[in-house]
Amino acid sequence: MSIEDPRGQIRGFIAGKFPGIDFADGDDIFALGFATSLFAMQLVMFVEKIFGFEIGNEDLEMSNFRSVDAMVALVGRARDTVAIGR
Amino acid sequence: MKRVGVVGAGVMGTGLAQNLGQCGFEVVLTDLSEDILARAAERIRANVRMGKLLGNGGPGFDPELIAYSTDYQRLAEVDFLIENITEKWDLKKEIYPRLDAICRPGVVFAANTSAISITRLAGLTGRPAEVLGMHFMNPVPMKPTVEVIKGWHTSEQTLDTAKELLAGMGKEGIVVADAPGFVSNRVLMLTVNEAMYLVQENVASAEDVDRIFKSCFGHKMGPLETADLIGLDTILYSVEVLYESFNDSKYRPCPLLKQMVDAGLHGRKSGQGFYTY
Repeated sequence: MSIEDPRGQIRGFIAGKFPGIDFADGDDIFALGFATSLFAMQLVMFVEKIFGFEIGNEDLEMSNFRSVDAMVALVGRARDTVAIGR
Repeated sequence: MKRVGVVGAGVMGTGLAQNLGQCGFEVVLTDLSEDILARAAERIRANVRMGKLLGNGGPGFDPELIAYSTDYQRLAEVDFLIENITEKWDLKKEIYPRLDAICRPGVVFAANTSAISITRLAGLTGRPAEVLGMHFMNPVPMKPTVEVIKGWHTSEQTLDTAKELLAGMGKEGIVVADAPGFVSNRVLMLTVNEAMYLVQENVASAEDVDRIFKSCFGHKMGPLETADLIGLDTILYSVEVLYESFNDSKYRPCPLLKQMVDAGLHGRKSGQGFYTY
């Protein structure tokens, strides 16, 4: 895994925090009951630290952190923005 | 009332500064070191972001509204003062005369204390009519009600000024008389302390004690989750104050609480208390 593998990084982070829990990339991890709202903020900090960008206020929405797919999409959008900015 | 001084940038002072900033007040937040203030600024930023994420934290605000300073002379500028330093009488008795000398006459002093006598604190100043208690709850920005304590000499005008500030923060106060622990902590601290005895005696796990309060009584949080949120060190101080105030053994601190505090298990803020964070 590397920052070139956001899906693997994000899955690995969640699985590390909740060993033995089975979840699919499209699952709402909060609806499944094992992740709490406090964990949502840990996800924000993890994504910012690992992928090296600050999540803007407009993207600080739970919908962006409910599933691995949603977070991968968020990272992808941020990279696109950086690429366009360059 | 435009500018509010907040003395002490711990959990409560930080929450207060955030709440005041979100409501458009200018804030002078003071503490002993630049490190503490830097951590406070970071916590405020993180809390505002978390509130945005969860949709329950109030509006964003101009960070410039909060001035961070280790220079207590900056408090000469404030229109209202809220003191939130550690719940230790020896510290409080040092700071109140200093604050009294710095702040303008007539500026109201609110002690955000959970247990120390307001009348006794007021006696440290030359403005006892302008001193009252305002016991904010944690997390401050999310709690709409404040226990307001009228000391022996507190004037009606002071109470009105405090209510005006609270209204500006979107909160209301419930006024009670000055007695050790007031209403909230006299009941809560005894409950929390007794819950710790239950864990110490292996009557029930922390999880099961909390489940009983939540499932049977409909409480949002159990007593031990609440203790972790408040901070076990703060709980110990508060129980000790009650014990010293009443000289009644029913307020004796649970040995498990003392041991956890000694071990650095202070609850959420340390990452470990009765639960792991």
